[in-house]
Amino acid sequence: MVDVLNALVVLANFVVVPGIAYGSQLALGALGITLIYGILRFSNFAHGDTMAFAAGAVILVTWWMQAQGISIAPLPTALLALPFGIVATVLMLLFTDRYVYRFYRRVKAAPIIFVMASLGVMFILNGVVRFIIGPNDQRFADGERFIIRARDFKTLTGLDEGLAIKVSQGITVVTAVGVVIALFWFLNRTRTGKSMRAYSDNEDLALLSGINPERVVLIVWIIVGILATVAGTLYGLDKTYKPFTFFQLLLPMFAAAIVGGLGNPLGAIAGGFVISFSEVTVTYAFKRVVTYLVPEAWAPDSLVQLLSTDYKFAVSFSILIIVLLFRPTGIFKGQSL
Amino acid sequence: MSEPFLIGDRMSGGYGKGPNILHDCTVAVEKGEIAVIVGPNGAGKSTAMKAVFGMLDVREGAVRLDGEDITHLSPQDRVAKGMAFVPQTSNIFTSMTVEENLEMGAFLRRDDISGTMEQVYTLFPILKDKRRQAAGELSGGQRQQVAVGRALMTQPRLLMLDEPTAGVSPIVMDELFDRIIEVARTGISILMVEQNARQALAIADKGYVLVQGANRYTDTGAALLADPEVRKSFLGG
Repeated sequence: MVDVLNALVVLANFVVVPGIAYGSQLALGALGITLIYGILRFSNFAHGDTMAFAAGAVILVTWWMQAQGISIAPLPTALLALPFGIVATVLMLLFTDRYVYRFYRRVKAAPIIFVMASLGVMFILNGVVRFIIGPNDQRFADGERFIIRARDFKTLTGLDEGLAIKVSQGITVVTAVGVVIALFWFLNRTRTGKSMRAYSDNEDLALLSGINPERVVLIVWIIVGILATVAGTLYGLDKTYKPFTFFQLLLPMFAAAIVGGLGNPLGAIAGGFVISFSEVTVTYAFKRVVTYLVPEAWAPDSLVQLLSTDYKFAVSFSILIIVLLFRPTGIFKGQSL
Repeated sequence: MSEPFLIGDRMSGGYGKGPNILHDCTVAVEKGEIAVIVGPNGAGKSTAMKAVFGMLDVREGAVRLDGEDITHLSPQDRVAKGMAFVPQTSNIFTSMTVEENLEMGAFLRRDDISGTMEQVYTLFPILKDKRRQAAGELSGGQRQQVAVGRALMTQPRLLMLDEPTAGVSPIVMDELFDRIIEVARTGISILMVEQNARQALAIADKGYVLVQGANRYTDTGAALLADPEVRKSFLGG
Protein backbone atom coordinates (compact mmCIF):
# COMPACT_ATOMS: atom_id res chain seq x y z
CA MET A 1 0.00 0.00 0.00
CA VAL A 2 2.77 2.39 0.95
CA ASP A 3 4.47 1.42 -2.29
CA VAL A 4 1.41 2.44 -4.28
CA LEU A 5 1.38 5.80 -2.49
CA ASN A 6 5.06 6.24 -3.17
CA ALA A 7 4.49 5.45 -6.84
CA LEU A 8 1.68 8.01 -6.98
CA VAL A 9 3.85 10.66 -5.35
CA VAL A 10 6.66 10.05 -7.82
CA LEU A 11 4.17 10.30 -10.64
CA ALA A 12 2.67 13.49 -9.23
CA ASN A 13 6.07 15.03 -8.67
CA PHE A 14 7.52 14.32 -12.11
CA VAL A 15 4.48 14.05 -14.38
CA VAL A 16 1.28 15.55 -13.02
CA VAL A 17 2.53 18.79 -11.45
CA PRO A 18 4.96 19.73 -14.24
CA GLY A 19 2.37 18.62 -16.81
CA ILE A 20 -0.32 20.89 -15.38
CA ALA A 21 2.04 23.86 -15.20
CA TYR A 22 3.40 23.33 -18.72
CA GLY A 23 -0.12 22.65 -20.00
CA SER A 24 -1.36 25.96 -18.57
CA GLN A 25 1.49 27.81 -20.26
CA LEU A 26 0.81 26.10 -23.58
CA ALA A 27 -2.92 26.76 -23.22
CA LEU A 28 -2.34 30.50 -22.73
CA GLY A 29 -0.07 30.57 -25.77
CA ALA A 30 -2.48 28.51 -27.85
CA LEU A 31 -5.36 30.81 -26.85
CA GLY A 32 -3.52 33.72 -28.43
CA ILE A 33 -2.91 31.74 -31.60
CA THR A 34 -6.48 30.50 -31.80
CA LEU A 35 -7.96 33.99 -31.27
CA ILE A 36 -5.85 35.43 -34.06
CA TYR A 37 -6.81 32.54 -36.29
CA GLY A 38 -10.50 32.82 -35.48
CA ILE A 39 -10.83 36.56 -35.84
CA LEU A 40 -7.97 37.83 -38.01
CA ARG A 41 -8.00 34.55 -39.97
CA PHE A 42 -4.34 33.69 -40.19
CA SER A 43 -1.80 31.53 -38.39
CA ASN A 44 0.45 33.94 -36.56
CA PHE A 45 3.97 32.53 -36.70
CA ALA A 46 5.24 35.51 -34.75
CA HIS A 47 3.37 34.44 -31.63
CA GLY A 48 6.31 32.61 -30.04
CA ASP A 49 8.55 35.60 -30.50
CA THR A 50 5.79 37.90 -29.30
CA MET A 51 5.96 35.94 -26.06
CA ALA A 52 9.76 36.28 -26.04
CA PHE A 53 9.41 40.03 -26.54
CA ALA A 54 6.75 40.27 -23.83
CA ALA A 55 8.70 38.23 -21.29
CA GLY A 56 11.82 40.23 -22.19
CA ALA A 57 10.00 43.48 -21.45
CA VAL A 58 8.78 42.07 -18.14
CA ILE A 59 12.34 41.01 -17.27
CA LEU A 60 13.76 44.47 -17.95
CA VAL A 61 11.14 46.07 -15.70
CA THR A 62 11.70 43.36 -13.08
CA TRP A 63 15.43 44.07 -13.02
CA TRP A 64 14.75 47.76 -12.63
CA MET A 65 12.35 47.06 -9.77
CA GLN A 66 14.82 44.73 -8.13
CA ALA A 67 17.47 47.43 -8.38
CA GLN A 68 15.05 49.90 -6.76
CA GLY A 69 14.38 47.42 -3.97
CA ILE A 70 10.71 47.06 -4.94
CA SER A 71 9.49 43.60 -4.01
CA ILE A 72 6.33 41.70 -3.23
CA ALA A 73 8.10 38.75 -1.57
CA PRO A 74 7.35 35.91 -1.21
CA LEU A 75 5.86 36.36 -4.69
CA PRO A 76 8.24 37.02 -7.59
CA THR A 77 8.71 40.69 -8.52
CA ALA A 78 7.93 39.76 -12.14
CA LEU A 79 4.21 39.68 -11.29
CA LEU A 80 4.42 43.35 -10.41
CA ALA A 81 6.17 44.02 -13.71
CA LEU A 82 3.49 42.19 -15.74
CA PRO A 83 1.28 45.23 -16.46
CA PHE A 84 4.27 47.13 -17.86
CA GLY A 85 5.17 44.16 -20.06
CA ILE A 86 1.57 43.97 -21.25
CA VAL A 87 1.54 47.65 -22.24
CA ALA A 88 4.85 47.30 -24.11
CA THR A 89 3.68 44.16 -25.90
CA VAL A 90 0.29 45.58 -26.89
CA LEU A 91 2.00 48.68 -28.28
CA MET A 92 4.42 46.51 -30.23
CA LEU A 93 1.54 44.38 -31.61
CA LEU A 94 -0.47 47.44 -32.60
CA PHE A 95 2.64 48.81 -34.31
CA THR A 96 3.05 45.63 -36.38
CA ASP A 97 -0.66 45.66 -37.16
CA ARG A 98 -0.58 49.27 -38.27
CA TYR A 99 2.48 48.90 -40.49
CA VAL A 100 2.26 45.28 -41.65
CA TYR A 101 -1.08 43.51 -41.35
CA ARG A 102 -3.41 46.44 -41.98
CA PHE A 103 -2.13 46.80 -45.51
CA TYR A 104 -2.86 43.14 -46.27
CA ARG A 105 -6.29 43.42 -44.70
CA ARG A 106 -7.07 46.37 -46.91
CA VAL A 107 -6.08 44.54 -50.10
CA LYS A 108 -7.92 41.45 -48.82
CA ALA A 109 -4.80 39.31 -49.12
CA ALA A 110 -5.05 35.51 -49.02
CA PRO A 111 -4.39 33.90 -45.61
CA ILE A 112 -1.09 32.44 -46.78
CA ILE A 113 0.20 35.95 -47.49
CA PHE A 114 -0.69 36.92 -43.92
CA VAL A 115 1.20 33.87 -42.68
CA MET A 116 4.27 34.85 -44.67
CA ALA A 117 4.00 38.42 -43.38
CA SER A 118 3.83 37.07 -39.82
CA LEU A 119 6.92 35.00 -40.58
CA GLY A 120 8.69 38.23 -41.47
CA VAL A 121 7.48 39.85 -38.27
CA MET A 122 8.76 36.77 -36.44
CA PHE A 123 12.28 37.11 -37.83
CA ILE A 124 12.44 40.80 -37.04
CA LEU A 125 11.14 40.32 -33.51
CA ASN A 126 13.62 37.48 -33.14
CA GLY A 127 16.45 39.87 -33.87
CA VAL A 128 15.06 42.75 -31.85
CA VAL A 129 14.66 40.62 -28.73
CA ARG A 130 18.19 39.21 -29.00
CA PHE A 131 19.52 42.67 -29.67
CA ILE A 132 17.94 44.09 -26.54
CA ILE A 133 18.27 41.30 -24.03
CA GLY A 134 20.79 38.94 -25.60
CA PRO A 135 20.49 35.32 -26.70
CA ASN A 136 21.51 33.80 -23.37
CA ASP A 137 19.64 32.55 -20.33
CA GLN A 138 18.42 35.36 -18.11
CA ARG A 139 17.53 34.96 -14.45
CA PHE A 140 14.78 37.11 -13.06
CA ALA A 141 12.90 34.87 -10.64
CA ASP A 142 13.06 35.91 -7.01
CA GLY A 143 10.97 35.52 -3.87
CA GLU A 144 10.13 32.18 -2.31
CA ARG A 145 10.98 29.21 -4.57
CA PHE A 146 8.77 26.43 -3.23
CA ILE A 147 5.23 26.12 -1.97
CA ILE A 148 6.20 22.74 -0.57
CA ARG A 149 9.67 21.19 -0.62
CA ALA A 150 10.35 17.51 -1.24
CA ARG A 151 12.01 17.11 2.16
CA ASP A 152 9.15 18.79 4.03
CA PHE A 153 6.70 16.59 2.19
CA LYS A 154 8.60 13.50 3.27
CA THR A 155 8.69 14.43 6.94
CA LEU A 156 5.06 15.50 6.74
CA THR A 157 3.79 12.24 5.27
CA GLY A 158 6.51 9.78 6.28
CA LEU A 159 6.75 8.52 2.69
CA ASP A 160 10.05 7.69 0.99
CA GLU A 161 9.29 9.92 -1.96
CA GLY A 162 8.91 13.68 -1.85
CA LEU A 163 6.57 15.97 -3.71
CA ALA A 164 7.83 19.43 -4.51
CA ILE A 165 5.61 22.19 -5.83
CA LYS A 166 7.34 25.33 -7.01
CA VAL A 167 5.86 28.76 -6.42
CA SER A 168 6.11 29.36 -10.15
CA GLN A 169 3.96 26.30 -10.80
CA GLY A 170 1.34 27.43 -8.34
CA ILE A 171 1.30 30.94 -9.79
CA THR A 172 1.09 29.52 -13.30
CA VAL A 173 -2.02 27.52 -12.57
CA VAL A 174 -3.76 30.22 -10.55
CA THR A 175 -3.00 32.94 -13.10
CA ALA A 176 -3.96 30.76 -16.04
CA VAL A 177 -7.31 29.90 -14.47
CA GLY A 178 -7.94 33.58 -13.69
CA VAL A 179 -7.03 34.74 -17.19
CA VAL A 180 -9.14 32.04 -18.85
CA ILE A 181 -12.18 32.85 -16.70
CA ALA A 182 -11.80 36.54 -17.50
CA LEU A 183 -11.42 35.80 -21.21
CA PHE A 184 -14.50 33.60 -21.36
CA TRP A 185 -16.52 36.08 -19.37
CA PHE A 186 -15.48 38.78 -21.80
CA LEU A 187 -16.25 36.73 -24.92
CA ASN A 188 -19.60 35.39 -23.73
CA ARG A 189 -21.06 38.10 -21.54
CA THR A 190 -20.00 41.50 -22.87
CA ARG A 191 -21.30 43.29 -25.93
CA THR A 192 -17.81 43.80 -27.30
CA GLY A 193 -16.85 40.18 -26.68
CA LYS A 194 -19.97 38.95 -28.43
CA SER A 195 -19.30 41.24 -31.37
CA MET A 196 -15.86 39.62 -31.68
CA ARG A 197 -17.41 36.16 -31.77
CA ALA A 198 -19.91 37.41 -34.33
CA TYR A 199 -17.08 38.79 -36.46
CA SER A 200 -15.25 35.47 -36.19
CA ASP A 201 -18.41 33.53 -37.07
CA ASN A 202 -19.59 35.52 -40.09
CA GLU A 203 -17.62 38.56 -41.15
CA ASP A 204 -20.09 39.84 -43.77
CA LEU A 205 -23.09 39.60 -41.50
CA ALA A 206 -21.11 41.30 -38.71
CA LEU A 207 -20.50 44.21 -41.09
CA LEU A 208 -24.22 44.29 -41.97
CA SER A 209 -24.96 44.48 -38.24
CA GLY A 210 -22.79 47.57 -37.92
CA ILE A 211 -19.86 45.92 -36.12
CA ASN A 212 -16.72 47.96 -36.76
CA PRO A 213 -13.97 45.59 -37.96
CA GLU A 214 -11.07 47.89 -37.03
CA ARG A 215 -12.32 48.00 -33.45
CA VAL A 216 -12.56 44.22 -33.33
CA VAL A 217 -8.99 43.96 -34.64
CA LEU A 218 -7.75 46.43 -32.04
CA ILE A 219 -9.31 44.48 -29.19
CA VAL A 220 -7.98 41.17 -30.49
CA TRP A 221 -4.43 42.53 -30.40
CA ILE A 222 -4.91 43.86 -26.88
CA ILE A 223 -6.16 40.48 -25.67
CA VAL A 224 -3.39 38.67 -27.53
CA GLY A 225 -0.85 41.01 -25.95
CA ILE A 226 -2.16 40.21 -22.47
CA LEU A 227 -2.19 36.47 -23.13
CA ALA A 228 1.29 36.45 -24.68
CA THR A 229 2.80 38.46 -21.83
CA VAL A 230 1.23 36.28 -19.16
CA ALA A 231 2.16 33.06 -20.95
CA GLY A 232 5.73 34.16 -21.72
CA THR A 233 6.40 35.42 -18.21
CA LEU A 234 4.96 32.33 -16.54
CA TYR A 235 7.03 30.08 -18.78
CA GLY A 236 10.13 32.12 -18.05
CA LEU A 237 9.51 32.03 -14.31
CA ASP A 238 8.79 28.32 -14.28
CA LYS A 239 11.65 27.23 -16.51
CA THR A 240 14.16 29.73 -17.76
CA TYR A 241 14.12 32.73 -20.07
CA LYS A 242 15.98 32.29 -23.31
CA PRO A 243 14.59 33.85 -26.50
CA PHE A 244 15.16 30.70 -28.55
CA THR A 245 12.97 28.51 -26.32
CA PHE A 246 9.96 30.66 -27.19
CA PHE A 247 10.56 30.11 -30.87
CA GLN A 248 10.65 26.38 -30.13
CA LEU A 249 7.38 26.68 -28.23
CA LEU A 250 5.68 27.65 -31.48
CA LEU A 251 5.28 23.99 -32.50
CA PRO A 252 3.65 22.69 -29.30
CA MET A 253 1.46 25.79 -29.11
CA PHE A 254 0.24 25.42 -32.68
CA ALA A 255 -0.23 21.71 -32.07
CA ALA A 256 -2.33 22.56 -29.01
CA ALA A 257 -4.47 25.06 -30.92
CA ILE A 258 -5.01 22.65 -33.82
CA VAL A 259 -5.64 19.59 -31.65
CA GLY A 260 -8.29 21.55 -29.76
CA GLY A 261 -9.82 22.98 -32.93
CA LEU A 262 -8.47 26.20 -34.43
CA GLY A 263 -10.53 29.24 -33.56
CA ASN A 264 -12.09 27.52 -30.55
CA PRO A 265 -10.82 28.96 -27.23
CA LEU A 266 -12.05 25.99 -25.20
CA GLY A 267 -10.21 23.70 -27.59
CA ALA A 268 -6.97 25.64 -27.16
CA ILE A 269 -7.03 24.97 -23.44
CA ALA A 270 -7.84 21.27 -23.83
CA GLY A 271 -5.20 21.02 -26.57
CA GLY A 272 -2.60 22.63 -24.31
CA PHE A 273 -3.06 19.92 -21.71
CA VAL A 274 -3.22 17.10 -24.26
CA ILE A 275 0.12 18.21 -25.70
CA SER A 276 1.81 18.86 -22.37
CA PHE A 277 0.78 15.54 -20.83
CA SER A 278 1.73 13.64 -23.98
CA GLU A 279 5.14 15.28 -23.99
CA VAL A 280 5.75 14.68 -20.32
CA THR A 281 4.51 11.10 -20.17
CA VAL A 282 6.17 9.95 -23.37
CA THR A 283 9.55 11.36 -22.36
CA TYR A 284 9.37 10.45 -18.65
CA ALA A 285 11.44 7.52 -17.33
CA PHE A 286 8.92 5.41 -15.44
CA LYS A 287 11.53 3.18 -13.83
CA ARG A 288 10.90 4.34 -10.26
CA VAL A 289 7.12 4.26 -10.59
CA VAL A 290 7.21 0.72 -11.97
CA THR A 291 9.72 -0.42 -9.34
CA TYR A 292 7.30 0.57 -6.60
CA LEU A 293 4.35 -1.12 -8.22
CA VAL A 294 5.69 -4.55 -9.29
CA PRO A 295 7.22 -7.32 -7.16
CA GLU A 296 10.94 -6.88 -6.59
CA ALA A 297 11.92 -9.61 -9.05
CA TRP A 298 10.18 -7.81 -11.89
CA ALA A 299 11.83 -4.47 -11.29
CA PRO A 300 13.01 -3.14 -14.65
CA ASP A 301 16.67 -2.57 -15.44
CA SER A 302 15.96 -0.04 -18.16
CA LEU A 303 14.60 3.46 -17.64
CA VAL A 304 11.15 2.54 -19.03
CA GLN A 305 11.26 5.70 -21.10
CA LEU A 306 9.52 5.71 -24.46
CA LEU A 307 11.49 8.61 -25.94
CA SER A 308 14.47 10.61 -24.85
CA THR A 309 13.57 14.15 -23.73
CA ASP A 310 15.54 15.45 -26.69
CA TYR A 311 12.69 14.21 -28.85
CA LYS A 312 9.89 15.97 -27.00
CA PHE A 313 9.10 18.14 -29.99
CA ALA A 314 8.55 14.99 -32.04
CA VAL A 315 5.64 14.23 -29.73
CA SER A 316 3.70 17.41 -30.50
CA PHE A 317 4.58 17.01 -34.14
CA SER A 318 3.24 13.44 -34.25
CA ILE A 319 0.04 14.45 -32.49
CA LEU A 320 -0.36 17.30 -34.93
CA ILE A 321 -0.02 14.95 -37.91
CA ILE A 322 -2.42 12.39 -36.45
CA VAL A 323 -5.05 15.02 -35.73
CA LEU A 324 -4.72 16.62 -39.16
CA LEU A 325 -5.09 13.21 -40.81
CA PHE A 326 -8.01 11.86 -38.83
CA ARG A 327 -9.85 14.83 -37.35
CA PRO A 328 -8.80 18.04 -39.09
CA THR A 329 -11.29 20.14 -37.13
CA GLY A 330 -9.76 19.14 -33.79
CA ILE A 331 -11.30 17.71 -30.63
CA PHE A 332 -13.75 20.54 -30.26
CA LYS A 333 -15.13 21.67 -33.55
CA GLY A 334 -12.89 24.39 -34.90
CA GLN A 335 -12.32 25.65 -38.40
CA SER A 336 -10.85 23.03 -40.72
CA LEU A 337 -7.44 23.79 -42.17
CA MET B 1 -47.82 60.83 -57.95
CA SER B 2 -45.47 61.35 -55.01
CA GLU B 3 -42.20 59.49 -54.85
CA PRO B 4 -42.23 56.00 -53.28
CA PHE B 5 -40.60 55.45 -49.85
CA LEU B 6 -37.66 53.67 -51.44
CA ILE B 7 -36.76 53.77 -55.08
CA GLY B 8 -33.86 52.37 -57.03
CA ASP B 9 -34.34 54.70 -59.97
CA ARG B 10 -33.18 53.57 -63.43
CA MET B 11 -30.11 51.83 -62.01
CA SER B 12 -27.32 50.55 -64.25
CA GLY B 13 -24.27 48.87 -62.83
CA GLY B 14 -22.26 45.72 -62.12
CA TYR B 15 -19.73 44.22 -59.77
CA GLY B 16 -16.27 45.77 -59.49
CA LYS B 17 -14.92 46.61 -62.93
CA GLY B 18 -17.15 44.03 -64.62
CA PRO B 19 -19.79 44.75 -67.28
CA ASN B 20 -23.19 46.12 -66.39
CA ILE B 21 -25.60 43.52 -65.11
CA LEU B 22 -28.43 45.94 -64.48
CA HIS B 23 -29.71 48.03 -67.34
CA ASP B 24 -31.91 50.97 -66.53
CA CYS B 25 -33.63 48.92 -63.85
CA THR B 26 -36.17 50.45 -61.49
CA VAL B 27 -37.56 48.93 -58.30
CA ALA B 28 -39.56 50.77 -55.68
CA VAL B 29 -41.60 50.12 -52.58
CA GLU B 30 -44.18 52.21 -50.76
CA LYS B 31 -44.42 52.63 -47.01
CA GLY B 32 -45.78 49.50 -45.32
CA GLU B 33 -46.13 47.64 -48.61
CA ILE B 34 -44.56 44.52 -50.04
CA ALA B 35 -42.68 44.68 -53.32
CA VAL B 36 -41.46 41.49 -54.92
CA ILE B 37 -38.79 41.03 -57.57
CA VAL B 38 -39.24 37.89 -59.66
CA GLY B 39 -37.78 36.59 -62.87
CA PRO B 40 -35.89 33.68 -64.40
CA ASN B 41 -32.49 32.51 -63.17
CA GLY B 42 -29.76 35.00 -63.90
CA ALA B 43 -32.21 37.84 -64.46
CA GLY B 44 -30.36 40.04 -61.97
CA LYS B 45 -32.98 39.84 -59.20
CA SER B 46 -30.49 39.58 -56.35
CA THR B 47 -28.22 42.02 -58.11
CA ALA B 48 -31.00 44.62 -58.22
CA MET B 49 -31.51 44.13 -54.48
CA LYS B 50 -27.80 44.44 -53.78
CA ALA B 51 -27.66 47.59 -55.87
CA VAL B 52 -30.38 49.11 -53.72
CA PHE B 53 -28.40 48.14 -50.62
CA GLY B 54 -25.10 49.54 -51.93
CA MET B 55 -23.30 46.26 -52.41
CA LEU B 56 -22.40 47.00 -56.00
CA ASP B 57 -21.48 49.94 -58.09
CA VAL B 58 -24.49 51.87 -59.36
CA ARG B 59 -22.98 53.69 -62.36
CA GLU B 60 -26.12 55.38 -63.59
CA GLY B 61 -29.35 56.18 -61.84
CA ALA B 62 -29.93 56.73 -58.16
CA VAL B 63 -31.22 55.16 -54.97
CA ARG B 64 -33.44 57.33 -52.81
CA LEU B 65 -34.80 56.53 -49.36
CA ASP B 66 -37.60 58.77 -48.12
CA GLY B 67 -36.59 61.37 -50.67
CA GLU B 68 -32.92 61.34 -49.63
CA ASP B 69 -30.26 60.35 -52.16
CA ILE B 70 -28.30 57.44 -50.67
CA THR B 71 -26.67 56.21 -53.89
CA HIS B 72 -23.15 56.65 -52.54
CA LEU B 73 -23.61 55.43 -48.97
CA SER B 74 -21.93 52.22 -47.82
CA PRO B 75 -24.19 49.30 -46.78
CA GLN B 76 -23.30 49.97 -43.13
CA ASP B 77 -24.42 53.57 -43.42
CA ARG B 78 -27.65 52.42 -45.04
CA VAL B 79 -28.27 50.17 -42.02
CA ALA B 80 -27.96 53.26 -39.85
CA LYS B 81 -30.51 54.99 -42.15
CA GLY B 82 -33.09 52.31 -41.40
CA MET B 83 -32.51 49.68 -44.07
CA ALA B 84 -32.07 46.04 -43.06
CA PHE B 85 -30.88 43.28 -45.34
CA VAL B 86 -31.25 39.53 -44.97
CA PRO B 87 -28.80 37.79 -47.32
CA GLN B 88 -29.80 34.55 -48.99
CA THR B 89 -27.04 32.43 -47.42
CA SER B 90 -24.90 32.75 -44.28
CA ASN B 91 -27.50 35.05 -42.82
CA ILE B 92 -27.11 34.00 -39.18
CA PHE B 93 -24.24 33.62 -36.70
CA THR B 94 -24.30 29.82 -36.49
CA SER B 95 -22.05 29.45 -33.45
CA MET B 96 -24.02 31.93 -31.37
CA THR B 97 -27.33 31.47 -29.57
CA VAL B 98 -30.58 32.75 -31.02
CA GLU B 99 -30.66 35.49 -28.41
CA GLU B 100 -27.07 36.54 -29.17
CA ASN B 101 -27.97 36.68 -32.88
CA LEU B 102 -30.74 39.13 -32.06
CA GLU B 103 -28.41 41.15 -29.80
CA MET B 104 -25.87 41.41 -32.61
CA GLY B 105 -28.62 42.62 -34.94
CA ALA B 106 -29.13 45.50 -32.54
CA PHE B 107 -25.40 46.19 -32.20
CA LEU B 108 -25.70 49.77 -33.43
CA ARG B 109 -28.43 50.61 -30.93
CA ARG B 110 -27.48 52.07 -27.59
CA ASP B 111 -30.98 52.10 -26.10
CA ASP B 112 -32.89 49.28 -24.42
CA ILE B 113 -33.48 46.49 -26.92
CA SER B 114 -35.63 44.20 -24.77
CA GLY B 115 -38.88 45.61 -26.20
CA THR B 116 -37.84 44.92 -29.80
CA MET B 117 -36.63 41.48 -28.82
CA GLU B 118 -40.02 40.76 -27.27
CA GLN B 119 -41.69 41.85 -30.53
CA VAL B 120 -39.50 39.45 -32.49
CA TYR B 121 -40.37 36.66 -30.07
CA THR B 122 -44.06 37.48 -30.47
CA LEU B 123 -43.68 37.33 -34.23
CA PHE B 124 -41.68 34.07 -34.09
CA PRO B 125 -42.71 32.29 -30.86
CA ILE B 126 -40.50 29.27 -31.63
CA LEU B 127 -37.42 31.46 -31.29
CA LYS B 128 -38.28 32.29 -27.71
CA ASP B 129 -38.26 28.58 -26.82
CA LYS B 130 -34.91 28.14 -28.52
CA ARG B 131 -33.28 31.39 -27.49
CA ARG B 132 -30.43 29.68 -25.60
CA GLN B 133 -29.71 27.26 -28.43
CA ALA B 134 -26.98 27.78 -31.02
CA ALA B 135 -28.63 29.15 -34.16
CA GLY B 136 -26.67 26.69 -36.30
CA GLU B 137 -28.53 23.78 -34.70
CA LEU B 138 -31.96 24.99 -35.86
CA SER B 139 -33.93 23.78 -38.86
CA GLY B 140 -33.89 25.67 -42.15
CA GLY B 141 -37.18 27.47 -41.51
CA GLN B 142 -36.18 28.42 -37.98
CA ARG B 143 -32.84 29.74 -39.23
CA GLN B 144 -34.70 32.01 -41.65
CA GLN B 145 -36.79 33.26 -38.74
CA VAL B 146 -33.59 34.04 -36.83
CA ALA B 147 -32.24 35.83 -39.89
CA VAL B 148 -35.37 37.95 -40.28
CA GLY B 149 -35.47 38.54 -36.52
CA ARG B 150 -31.85 39.70 -36.50
CA ALA B 151 -32.63 42.20 -39.27
CA LEU B 152 -35.71 43.49 -37.43
CA MET B 153 -33.65 44.25 -34.31
CA THR B 154 -32.38 47.50 -35.80
CA GLN B 155 -36.04 48.66 -35.98
CA PRO B 156 -35.67 49.22 -39.72
CA ARG B 157 -38.07 51.19 -41.87
CA LEU B 158 -37.29 48.92 -44.82
CA LEU B 159 -36.62 45.20 -44.73
CA MET B 160 -34.92 43.57 -47.71
CA LEU B 161 -35.13 39.80 -48.08
CA ASP B 162 -33.08 37.82 -50.60
CA GLU B 163 -35.01 34.61 -51.31
CA PRO B 164 -36.20 34.04 -47.74
CA THR B 165 -37.90 30.77 -48.67
CA ALA B 166 -34.98 29.16 -50.52
CA GLY B 167 -34.65 25.57 -49.41
CA VAL B 168 -37.56 25.40 -46.98
CA SER B 169 -40.64 23.19 -47.24
CA PRO B 170 -43.91 24.56 -48.74
CA ILE B 171 -45.57 24.59 -45.31
CA VAL B 172 -42.72 26.59 -43.80
CA MET B 173 -42.83 28.87 -46.83
CA ASP B 174 -46.51 29.72 -46.28
CA GLU B 175 -45.77 30.35 -42.62
CA LEU B 176 -42.85 32.67 -43.47
CA PHE B 177 -44.97 34.62 -45.97
CA ASP B 178 -47.64 35.07 -43.29
CA ARG B 179 -45.04 36.49 -40.94
CA ILE B 180 -43.73 38.79 -43.64
CA ILE B 181 -47.24 40.17 -44.18
CA GLU B 182 -47.45 40.77 -40.42
CA VAL B 183 -44.18 42.67 -40.49
CA ALA B 184 -45.45 44.84 -43.33
CA ARG B 185 -48.62 45.61 -41.35
CA THR B 186 -46.48 47.22 -38.65
CA GLY B 187 -45.49 49.84 -41.21
CA ILE B 188 -42.19 48.36 -42.35
CA SER B 189 -41.72 48.34 -46.11
CA ILE B 190 -40.56 45.06 -47.59
CA LEU B 191 -38.53 44.48 -50.72
CA MET B 192 -38.13 40.81 -51.51
CA VAL B 193 -36.52 38.67 -54.17
CA GLU B 194 -38.34 35.38 -54.67
CA GLN B 195 -37.87 32.20 -56.60
CA ASN B 196 -41.40 31.01 -55.74
CA ALA B 197 -42.89 33.67 -57.98
CA ARG B 198 -46.56 32.63 -57.85
CA GLN B 199 -46.82 32.57 -54.04
CA ALA B 200 -44.74 35.70 -53.66
CA LEU B 201 -46.80 37.72 -56.14
CA ALA B 202 -49.93 36.63 -54.30
CA ILE B 203 -48.85 38.59 -51.23
CA ALA B 204 -47.19 41.44 -53.14
CA ASP B 205 -48.58 44.93 -53.45
CA LYS B 206 -46.15 45.55 -56.26
CA GLY B 207 -44.35 43.09 -58.51
CA TYR B 208 -41.33 43.52 -60.75
CA VAL B 209 -40.51 40.95 -63.40
CA LEU B 210 -36.87 41.32 -64.42
CA VAL B 211 -35.26 39.78 -67.47
CA GLN B 212 -31.57 40.19 -68.20
CA GLY B 213 -31.16 43.00 -65.75
CA ALA B 214 -34.01 45.11 -67.10
CA ASN B 215 -37.66 45.62 -66.17
CA ARG B 216 -39.96 43.45 -68.29
CA TYR B 217 -43.29 43.80 -66.48
CA THR B 218 -44.21 46.02 -63.56
CA ASP B 219 -47.63 46.01 -61.98
CA THR B 220 -49.49 45.09 -58.82
CA GLY B 221 -48.98 41.51 -57.68
CA ALA B 222 -52.55 40.54 -58.51
CA ALA B 223 -52.38 42.09 -61.99
CA LEU B 224 -49.17 40.26 -62.82
CA LEU B 225 -50.70 36.98 -61.66
CA ALA B 226 -53.66 37.64 -63.93
CA ASP B 227 -51.59 38.69 -66.94
CA PRO B 228 -51.60 35.76 -69.43
CA GLU B 229 -48.21 36.86 -70.89
CA VAL B 230 -46.57 36.77 -67.48
CA ARG B 231 -48.27 33.49 -66.59
CA LYS B 232 -47.14 31.83 -69.78
CA SER B 233 -43.53 33.03 -69.67
CA PHE B 234 -42.68 33.11 -65.99
CA LEU B 235 -45.22 31.26 -63.92
CA GLY B 236 -45.43 28.04 -65.87
CA GLY B 237 -48.88 28.61 -67.45
